[in-house]
Amino acid sequence: MSAVLIAIAALLGLAAVFGAVLGFASEKFKVEGDPIVDQIDDLLPQTQCGQCGHPGCRPYAEAIAEGEEHNRCPPGGQDTVDALTDLLGRDELTLDDEGAEDANIPKVAYIREDECIGCTKCIQACPVDAIVGAAKLMHTVMVDECTGCDLCVEPCPVDCIDMVEVKPTLQTWGWHRPAGIGQRPDSRIEVVNL
Amino acid sequence: MIRTLFRSRSPKVFDFHGGIHPPEMKHLSNSTPIAPGPLPAQLVLPLNMHIGAPAKPLVAPGDRVLKGQMIAEPGGAVSAAIHAPTSGTISAIGPRPIQHPSGMDAICLVLDTDGKDEWVTHSGVTDYTELSPGELVDTIRHAGIAGMGGAGFPTSIKVNLGDHQRVEELIINAVECEPYITADDRLMREHADEIITGIHILQYLLNPRRTLIGIEDNKPEAISAIKRACKGCDIEVRVVPTKYPSGGEKQIIQLLTGKEVQSGQLPAHVGVVCQNVGTAHAIKRAVVDGQPLISRVTTLTGDGVARPGNYEVLLGTPVRDLLSHGGVNPDALERLVMGGPMMGFTLHNPAVPVVKTTNCIIAATPEELPEPPEEQPCIRCGSCAEVCPANLLPQQLYWHAKNDDLEKAQHHNLMDCIECGACAYVCPSHIPLVQYYRYAKGAVRQQAADQLKADKARERFEARQARIDAEKAEKEARRQARLEANRKKKTDTAAAPAVDTAALKQASLEASKAYKAAVKAAKEAEANEAENSAELKAEAERLKAVADKAKAAVRDAKNAAPAAAPAEDRVATLKKQVGDASSAYKNAVKAAKEAEANGDDNAAELRASADTLKAEADKLKAELREAKANAPAAPAAAPQVDPVAELKQKVGEASSAYKAAVKAAKEAEANGDDNAAELRASADTLKAEADTLKAELREAKANAPAATPAPATPPPADPLVELKAKVGEASAAYKAAVKAAKEAEENRAENAAALRAEADKLKADADHWKAELREAKASAPATPKAAPATTDQPRIPEATAPQSLAAVDPEEAAKRQKRLKGLKTAYNMAHKQYKEAHAALERAERKEDVTADELNDMQRRVDKLKNKADIARDALDALVEEAKADIRAHTGKDLKTLKLEAARAESALADKAIELQRLRDSSSEESLEALNSELKALEAEAQIARKALKQAVEEQGLVE
Repeated sequence: MSAVLIAIAALLGLAAVFGAVLGFASEKFKVEGDPIVDQIDDLLPQTQCGQCGHPGCRPYAEAIAEGEEHNRCPPGGQDTVDALTDLLGRDELTLDDEGAEDANIPKVAYIREDECIGCTKCIQACPVDAIVGAAKLMHTVMVDECTGCDLCVEPCPVDCIDMVEVKPTLQTWGWHRPAGIGQRPDSRIEVVNL
Repeated sequence: MIRTLFRSRSPKVFDFHGGIHPPEMKHLSNSTPIAPGPLPAQLVLPLNMHIGAPAKPLVAPGDRVLKGQMIAEPGGAVSAAIHAPTSGTISAIGPRPIQHPSGMDAICLVLDTDGKDEWVTHSGVTDYTELSPGELVDTIRHAGIAGMGGAGFPTSIKVNLGDHQRVEELIINAVECEPYITADDRLMREHADEIITGIHILQYLLNPRRTLIGIEDNKPEAISAIKRACKGCDIEVRVVPTKYPSGGEKQIIQLLTGKEVQSGQLPAHVGVVCQNVGTAHAIKRAVVDGQPLISRVTTLTGDGVARPGNYEVLLGTPVRDLLSHGGVNPDALERLVMGGPMMGFTLHNPAVPVVKTTNCIIAATPEELPEPPEEQPCIRCGSCAEVCPANLLPQQLYWHAKNDDLEKAQHHNLMDCIECGACAYVCPSHIPLVQYYRYAKGAVRQQAADQLKADKARERFEARQARIDAEKAEKEARRQARLEANRKKKTDTAAAPAVDTAALKQASLEASKAYKAAVKAAKEAEANEAENSAELKAEAERLKAVADKAKAAVRDAKNAAPAAAPAEDRVATLKKQVGDASSAYKNAVKAAKEAEANGDDNAAELRASADTLKAEADKLKAELREAKANAPAAPAAAPQVDPVAELKQKVGEASSAYKAAVKAAKEAEANGDDNAAELRASADTLKAEADTLKAELREAKANAPAATPAPATPPPADPLVELKAKVGEASAAYKAAVKAAKEAEENRAENAAALRAEADKLKADADHWKAELREAKASAPATPKAAPATTDQPRIPEATAPQSLAAVDPEEAAKRQKRLKGLKTAYNMAHKQYKEAHAALERAERKEDVTADELNDMQRRVDKLKNKADIARDALDALVEEAKADIRAHTGKDLKTLKLEAARAESALADKAIELQRLRDSSSEESLEALNSELKALEAEAQIARKALKQAVEEQGLVE
């Protein structure tokens, strides 16, 4: 009988000790904020375009962490959706991009400077401050900073902003993927059995 | 899996993993000596013949250049210069197809050759040791030398070592392991001495411990030539077994030194510098002969050309020209490859030029390079892994690249693949493995670039967000500070004086009440002709004095209290004071009038006191004006409008006073009083005063043309309107005078003649104004709806009234009506909101479960709304007042007068009608006729009066 009591006492003692240790650790090593939000934010393309219905990528990351569906990012494409599926361990979703079939084509805003009246509306709309200009003076887009979110197109009162496709340059050009099994490789494939 | 790297026990040469032995095909081109290349009509020199930044052109289209002249300078640290390969004229700088697998165009310098091949003055140094290493590096940089083996890395970077770097081995790569290519082989056979000199220069620059030349054992002539040339110097010639890809940089380092360059590292990390043998040759030419890199030895080979061999080709020579120089058979030509068959790429455009890295052009027949067979599934045979010189697992890389699993591909060291093509060569399933790797590498690079851009975008977005938040916070802080300041001021000022003022006010009120009661009593007494009326009057006087004193005390208290109060408060106080003063003045005027009407003795006295009060009121008004001017923070719109409104009010007052005086005078005249003349004089004085004020008003209006935004803005001053008003006034005066004269005549009064004379004078006056009005109208043809020229019968009094009425601008009236409506709505809304807020506040106060702060907030809100409602009401009142004033101005009559006139005319008409009815039976035809015409005239008059009233009311938007 006493052996049972000793065992119970020992177990209770252990439970108390570990409980204390765990309680202390949870206070001491408390994680501030939600680290999952940062991870989601890292996966999002940071175009800050607002097509998901949130004012920027981080708000959307927060919304996803809260439980919103993770397939509302057309600029990120299906790849981002898949990456988020992996990260979050949720059901696989297809990209929700009705009417945005060309979303994966990189674009930048271009201001036809002759027509610009200098109203600064696009400057206020740009989420990444990629448009420079002053009131009554023409504006222009810093192409390297433009994320192609097209938020500046709608506010323009004279419709002088175009979304221009980014053409590959010699520096950004990359080989395309071979057609696959059963297809003849592109004739540019120079490696042949001699 | 790990094979020994030291399979060969020879101490001289090591081995590397994998490798293949494709057919060499070198016999096609290695039997003939190097021949000079063609001199084409046009050379195309891409600005990017090397790795790094494009060169910057130094010439413009149209410039003539000589052979060897620098035409583009290095565009950055990692860049190389470009020189004219022959003499000629720059014909264009623009996009042309270049040596790139994408087939894209790039900016090129286009040189039209002139065939003279005229050299620029150039000289080399016979003893390069006279130059410092820095000067030599500079020479190499400005000679435009870039790696000639195939990569095209600027040589000046490679040979410019830092002080801390120590070069163990200088390796000269003369392996030339790819099939078909024999350019280095022929170069070594024919220019061994030059190559050795170049190597010596490199030795001088790098100061290596050992210098090794690696040559494959399939080039025995080249080996013997080099060995002969370097006899007696410290250059070791190492013969390596034929195996592809021994010529890869990492592979040859491993072959010759046994050192392995780790993943992501450069040869410099293991103390090795690797240079191509062609580069050594170019360095010798640049330093010793002073000739920049303008040509290179290129192998032209394949079954498609009649004379395969090696040619000394000018850089920029289009492949097309080189092919025709080599006797191409266009029918047999199937594929055009730049570079070797393993690592080169297919050209789709024969206009692509030969550049610094072009070591070979293969013009292949279909039998030579057949169409690649279809891709088959991977069978996991592992042959590719066995031949991979970089020791990778190509089947795994293929798998991940195919599935876009870039992360896993990178884990399998995708980036260490040298794209040699050995794996694809041995693949039994004909999988284009290298293209998969190239694709995956491009995707990885793209992803990295995207990530960089995304990070930058995030940074910018967050910075912007932070900026916006900071701006918001600043605004909020400023607002809070303002609120705090206001609250403080309020608590400071709402102290002791408030009680004082209230008490004083009470006292003043009581005093004036007592006075009024006394006056009433006195009047009653007078009416009853009581004896004590005089006494009572005296009492009333006394009480009045007391009341005045009390009022003065209140005023003083008010003046003293707001000393610390903000300007707005002061303005409000002043306003109130002005209101008080003017009401006092009005009362006085009323009293005076009454007294005059009763023919009292003290009428003159009263008038005098009224004048004093008026002066006081004026003073206060002036003060108010000043205060307003000094209080720019006062509620918007008030300052601009006020002087004009102020003046208008004054004008209104003055003219009503004048009218009253005229009336009194008339009455006095009618009664034949003695003081009629006096009264008239005083009326004249008042008129003069009113005129002055009007002039002032006009001026003020002119000075305040910008007072647009406020709802109470006066209509823009119009000289026409002014003139019209004057005409109206004059004719009204004239009419009154005529009436008086008639009455006097009827009464056989003595002064009838005088009155008529005066009426004539007034008529002349009116005529004068009318003439002026006419003139003004003529000179202002743009005035909308200008009235027709004045009638030529100015005598008929009725004619003038409608005319001046007709001249009112209907647009103006409509605008005013709109504004009135808007203001009414605004006032109603504001008032409703205020009531609601007030009720809410009261409810909250009753409940007592809200905090003091919330209550304060509510109180503030209520106050604000009340203020708003008050402002709206004031504006509305001002507008109504203005409309009335305008009616007065346009018709020369008060609204009241108009109404009265209309009523009088109606009643006169009715009387006449009754009289006519009564006399119809009894009177003669003549008298009936006369009465009838009279009736008609009256009817017309009544109609006119009605019309005038209606028009005036409608036009000023006063319709209820």
